[in-house]
Amino acid sequence: MTTKDRGFLQALWDFFCALKLSISLLILLAVTSIIGTVIPQVPNIPEEYIHSLSQTKLQLYDKLGFFDMYHSWWFILLLYLLTVNLIACSIKRLPRVWKIVSEPTLVMDEAFEKSLSLTHDVKMKGESATLREKMVSFLTSEFAKPVVTEIDGTCHLFAQKTPYSRLGVYVVHFSIIIIFIGAIIGSYFGYKGFVTIVEGQSVDSLTSRSGKTIPLGFALKCEKFSVSFYDTGAPKEFKSILTVLENGQPVPGYINIPTIVNSPLTYKGITFYQSSYGSASEGGTFYFTVRSRKGGAPVKLTARQGDKVPLPGGGTMQVLESTDEVRNFIPQFSGPAARIEVATGSGAPQAFIVMRNYPELDEQRGGDTIFSYDGSDQKFYTGLQVAKDPGVWVVWLGCALMVIGICMAFFMSHKRVWIRIANGHVVMGGSASKNPAGFQLQFDALVDKLTKL
Amino acid sequence: MSSSLLFNVTTFAYLASTVAFFAFLASRNKNLGLAGSGIAFFGFIVQTVAIGLRWQESYAMGHGHAPLSNLYESVVFFSWTIILIFGFLDLKYKYRVVGAFVVPFALLGMAWAQLGMNSGIEPLVPALQSNWLLYHVITCFLGYAAFAVACGISIMYLIKEKQETTDGNSQAGGVIAMFPSIKILDDLNYKAIMIGFPLLTLGIITGAAWANYAWGTYWSWDPKETWSLIVWFIYAAFLHARITRGWVGRRAAILSIVGFAATIFCYLGVNLFLSGLHSYGGR
Repeated sequence: MTTKDRGFLQALWDFFCALKLSISLLILLAVTSIIGTVIPQVPNIPEEYIHSLSQTKLQLYDKLGFFDMYHSWWFILLLYLLTVNLIACSIKRLPRVWKIVSEPTLVMDEAFEKSLSLTHDVKMKGESATLREKMVSFLTSEFAKPVVTEIDGTCHLFAQKTPYSRLGVYVVHFSIIIIFIGAIIGSYFGYKGFVTIVEGQSVDSLTSRSGKTIPLGFALKCEKFSVSFYDTGAPKEFKSILTVLENGQPVPGYINIPTIVNSPLTYKGITFYQSSYGSASEGGTFYFTVRSRKGGAPVKLTARQGDKVPLPGGGTMQVLESTDEVRNFIPQFSGPAARIEVATGSGAPQAFIVMRNYPELDEQRGGDTIFSYDGSDQKFYTGLQVAKDPGVWVVWLGCALMVIGICMAFFMSHKRVWIRIANGHVVMGGSASKNPAGFQLQFDALVDKLTKL
Repeated sequence: MSSSLLFNVTTFAYLASTVAFFAFLASRNKNLGLAGSGIAFFGFIVQTVAIGLRWQESYAMGHGHAPLSNLYESVVFFSWTIILIFGFLDLKYKYRVVGAFVVPFALLGMAWAQLGMNSGIEPLVPALQSNWLLYHVITCFLGYAAFAVACGISIMYLIKEKQETTDGNSQAGGVIAMFPSIKILDDLNYKAIMIGFPLLTLGIITGAAWANYAWGTYWSWDPKETWSLIVWFIYAAFLHARITRGWVGRRAAILSIVGFAATIFCYLGVNLFLSGLHSYGGR
């Protein structure tokens, strides 16, 4: 290796060790992260948004990866740089810090004194030995128990508090790397996807976010789906009753498991989260009772969605749409409802709503034929988010370490105080690993007490 | 007695406290400062009772849940946490005048909630029906409140510093002479952020844990998540700058104010201007 190469490597190493790089990267990450909160991200980009952009803007955003910003090469690069930076900083500083913790400087000579920003010199009368005793008891009661070293008739005292707090920072840095490792494990060995299951049916594979079909290795059956509402009309609970099947047989312990939002079902490391629901498009039959305003016996009718069903008095009816809970559309009513269209041959077809809980309501419409809705056997489908993430426990381990590290680094500071006694002078010096301004106040108070001794 | 009556009492208490603190600044009468703190703590106790009552009232309505579920309830809780953090610093460090720059934040929150928002108790939508709601909201808002206090202190720092550099002595400028020295303000700023940062970290972690439990993804770059991370980055930068050397004083104060601006955007701006997983917080 030539000197020039070594110079370059040294410069590179210094670049990655610099705290300026950490601060710049943190601020850069903060600023660039804003982009993805302002520009819609895949897969949730509305068509109108794309159309509202000019061609050049669209191409520029696309080139820069703004539509999937947090996975763009440059954002990932920033995260990698931050990782390299914090590893390099730790490698550079940890041995030195470890030395401070394991082999404290016991003696404050004059050269070392000059390196301390907090020092104070007090003239004191008395024998060296009595002064020493006085200082030992002073430090013990006001700060911490000191270590005494005598060199050539000069007496040195050293006392410290919570030296291990210096390692807190490295615990936090290490925890960030652990979290990244957990995230990488999740992205390589896990997946996120979606299944929809019609009531009474089962599925044995899922569709991943990228559109791939992934086999589950077992089958999941939706026995029933239900949705309930508060009086206000706001949704109260979405519930799927799920059963896990292995080779077509229900698995004991996984039969009829109610799965609601905030209470997922996990089987063999794969978790199913209640996420959406809807009416199954196939197989719904609707039931109606029809009677004439002029009197006569009511007639029961059945209609499948989209079919035109002949009416007893002539003409046809068909179901346009239906809901299990009309309150979402008309707040003052509740229960199932159907919107039907009636064509009598004379005049335009009429569309109106009939509700199961209000069988008399259609009389007020004033038509010749009075409809009441008896409900349907239409089935729901349930939509479940599916996730497998073997890295998630690594992430939680990292989070726990981070909290521990932050507590060590924040609520504890390594504070050191030295005292040198020589020729009737007591020189006190102090330093703290963190918050020098805060420690200065404490040091000043200590000096204040010392001068009053 | 209803919670809404007590919330009105709270609002008036914070108003009276703010007035007392401003009078304290103008007159330098120590009793007024004491009154400012006292009234703020009285308001805090009333507010605590009111939050408890509202919680109870929600049970009486048949859908009991912690009063942390919509914008009104969160703003009220935010005011409560600001006074809590202020009270902690006031009792521990005894720089009463800080109240003049912190209590107004709590007053602003309460006034906005009481005058401009629908205070009805609503049932919890399925997404919020979890104990994580309590842990997540409490940690986040305590963190936000600590940043609010740090911001108030930083504003004091900038005013004090400006006065010191222009006048050259601290004898002049009666109001500002009341302020603690810039060294103390700088230290208090740091202390408040030292409270806020771990709480914000816990808030983000509990949010991630909840998201993982409810949706199967601990991080999905939702605007709220991203903004909380932006705030985290800013205060992480503050701490790195601060811990090492150099960035004390003016630059630290400015960074603290920028951090709180980002916090407020994370809390309100995201709900009002951007869409995402936290939409229920915008109503």
